[in-house]
Amino acid sequence: MITIKDLHASIEGKPILKGLNLTVKAGEIHAIMGPNGAGKSTLASVLAGREEYEITQGDVNFNGVDLLPLSVEERAREGLFLAFQYPVEIPGVSNINFLRTALNEIREHKGEKGISAKDFMSLVREKSALVELDSKLASRSVNEGFSGGEKKRNEIFQMAMLNPILSILDETDSGLDIDALRIVANGVNQLKTDQNATIIITHYQRLLDYIIPDFVHVLYDGKIVKSGGKDLALELEEKGYDWIKNNTPN
Amino acid sequence: MANYTEDDLAKELKDQEYKFGFVSDIDTDTIPIGLNEDIVRLISSKKEEPQWMLDYRLNALAIWSTMNEPSWAHVKYKKPDFQSIAYYSAPKQTKKYESWDDVDPEMKATMTKLGISMEEQQRLTGVAVDFVMDSVSVATSFKEKLGELGIIFCSFSDAVQNHPELVKKYMGSVVPTQDNYYATLNAAVFTDGSFCYIPKGVRCPMELSTYFRINAGGTGQFERTLVIADEGSYVSYLEGCTAPQRDENQLHAAVVELIALENAEIKYSTVQNWYPGDKNGLGGIFNFVTKRGVCEKNAKISWTQVETGSAVTWKYPSCILKGDNSVGEFYSVAVTNNYQQADTGTKMIHLGKNTKSTIISKGISAGKSQNSYRGLVQIHKNAHNARNFSQCDSLLMSSECGAHTFPYIECKNSSAKIEHEATTSKIGEDQLFYCKQRGISEEKAIGLIVNGYCKEVLNQLPMEFAVEAQKLLTISLEGSVG
Ligand SMILES: Nc1ncnc2c1ncn2[C@@H]1O[C@H](COP(=O)(O)OP(=O)(O)OP(=O)(O)O)[C@@H](O)[C@H]1O
Ligand SMILES: [Mg+2]
Repeated sequence: MITIKDLHASIEGKPILKGLNLTVKAGEIHAIMGPNGAGKSTLASVLAGREEYEITQGDVNFNGVDLLPLSVEERAREGLFLAFQYPVEIPGVSNINFLRTALNEIREHKGEKGISAKDFMSLVREKSALVELDSKLASRSVNEGFSGGEKKRNEIFQMAMLNPILSILDETDSGLDIDALRIVANGVNQLKTDQNATIIITHYQRLLDYIIPDFVHVLYDGKIVKSGGKDLALELEEKGYDWIKNNTPN
Repeated sequence: MANYTEDDLAKELKDQEYKFGFVSDIDTDTIPIGLNEDIVRLISSKKEEPQWMLDYRLNALAIWSTMNEPSWAHVKYKKPDFQSIAYYSAPKQTKKYESWDDVDPEMKATMTKLGISMEEQQRLTGVAVDFVMDSVSVATSFKEKLGELGIIFCSFSDAVQNHPELVKKYMGSVVPTQDNYYATLNAAVFTDGSFCYIPKGVRCPMELSTYFRINAGGTGQFERTLVIADEGSYVSYLEGCTAPQRDENQLHAAVVELIALENAEIKYSTVQNWYPGDKNGLGGIFNFVTKRGVCEKNAKISWTQVETGSAVTWKYPSCILKGDNSVGEFYSVAVTNNYQQADTGTKMIHLGKNTKSTIISKGISAGKSQNSYRGLVQIHKNAHNARNFSQCDSLLMSSECGAHTFPYIECKNSSAKIEHEATTSKIGEDQLFYCKQRGISEEKAIGLIVNGYCKEVLNQLPMEFAVEAQKLLTISLEGSVG
């Protein structure tokens, strides 16, 4: 699915990712944990193709294609989806119009015809039910005036609508109440197939009670410094990051 | 301008060229350039006008020759040489068009290129269209159907011939001859335009629409529009504008007068897309327009405009809220790109009691353009309980453009409530990235974001116009983020 090799990236001349390696196969769920400022969101942004970051070394193979030369929208159309840590508001643009535009761009890329209004609306109904998103939110402006939790839920709704092959969830659990957490996790689990994969960035092992990861990685100072099964999350919770820091040769 | 680099040039070369920049090959009858009494007489005689109309023009010319061109707007341009303009240019056709079939095929082709497709519009949308090319009105459809309701919708010249009592009574009643430099000039040399009268109690069943186009080179366009909604009537009137691409600057100085009598409502929408000049600021239309309406008791006038064109725009559609309980609205989107300059806004003059006005202005600046909002809210001493709400938002697409807001408030009645809100924002890299991450191209993303930003205004436009306006916004801003 995705193979990241020796990835180095910097912003404004400051190196953030410093030789990161990660392989995710179809059908897998990976969790990435790590202290604030370690570079988790940077990794997500770099994979999504945000232009501010400079890739200084390394390569990324996504589903058989060389990812790094592709533009942001090409990556998205190839099936890469990022659920934002801070979803953006777009005043005056309805969620529905936004998603229909996105969906049609993706379909066009695949050589498919645009979706009819009727099919689109039934897809909206089906997928908003999946994340128990109030149908009123679907027709409101993208994220405008949404509560923090609603924004996060909207991200998963969009993911369900666009049906990506690799989803990167950047702290989708933060700011969710217990019920919302369960709903979001439930949505992610239902969308899981053996054709797609998910990378979950989180600080809390709590989410991993609902979404069982196949692998847990610790990202520290721009590198994956430790990988393991889901027990690693529990161990981290217990011992804190000092345990990692003290065991990482500098 | 000083730090203009090769990179900037390269970026701008990517910009969309003006889509309507073709010249139609139609024989025109153009009179010699220059402006003097003889020219005014010549225009009047070409149009076979009655004496009173000629007198009106000559009076205007006399006043104009004593006036100076205003220089207070936030725009800079090379003053037009009024002696090098031809003030009359008409497609060379001696006879009037009685039916659509009579219209010159070349002219029909022009309209098709403009994307108007009159036939289709007539059939599908039921829009009655009056098309003014250069200076003469060429086709008015749906006349008969409207005639049954007593609605008059015709070219201004026809109105002068056939409805002189209405023209005499209302022409200049809202924008007097001596009003301002360009309005006075217009009063002297105007060549055609649209006229519309809705009788008492009649609700006009379709949108009335006029397209203006400047075609011949070296000409100016000076049209007048007069819309009269008699007591208790309603009309929605649309106006669209285009011009071919030329290196010279062309002058457009129009006058629009709206009269809403007691309990009447006029909705006036414009999508203005005059040639804005090229990426280096060469050529383009100077658009100096006076638009004003007067509301009698309980009447309402609503201006909606989407402005993407012209090299220099100077325009303030205004409402005189004369009658008690009358309502004025102004919804505007003004886009400037490259070297365009716009100084636009509105004036709301509250004279009557309980009068209400709303101003929603959305400015979008890109490239090296300058976009100014200039608005005046005036509450006179007898205007008890007058209310105004103004909201002026500016969106910046680049770091080299400018947005300016000049709100003026003059209040002589302490019971008035006036609210003003203003925001300036830069198009968000975050918003663009978010859209692109969902697979949406930059072009479409800009279209979405900008149209979302303008939604309150676009929502005021009739359906077909709103779609056209959305496309125009997207086209005029393509490749402009930076
Ligand atoms: N635009 C920027 N300019 C300078 N430094 C930046 C910029 N963006 C991110 N950084 C720095 O990069 C480092 C990694 O940030 P990143 O957001 O990837 O961390 P994170 O692991 O997601 O942290 P958190 O857990 O707080 O979300 C931080 O030190 C941050 O300050
Ligand atoms: Mg982060």
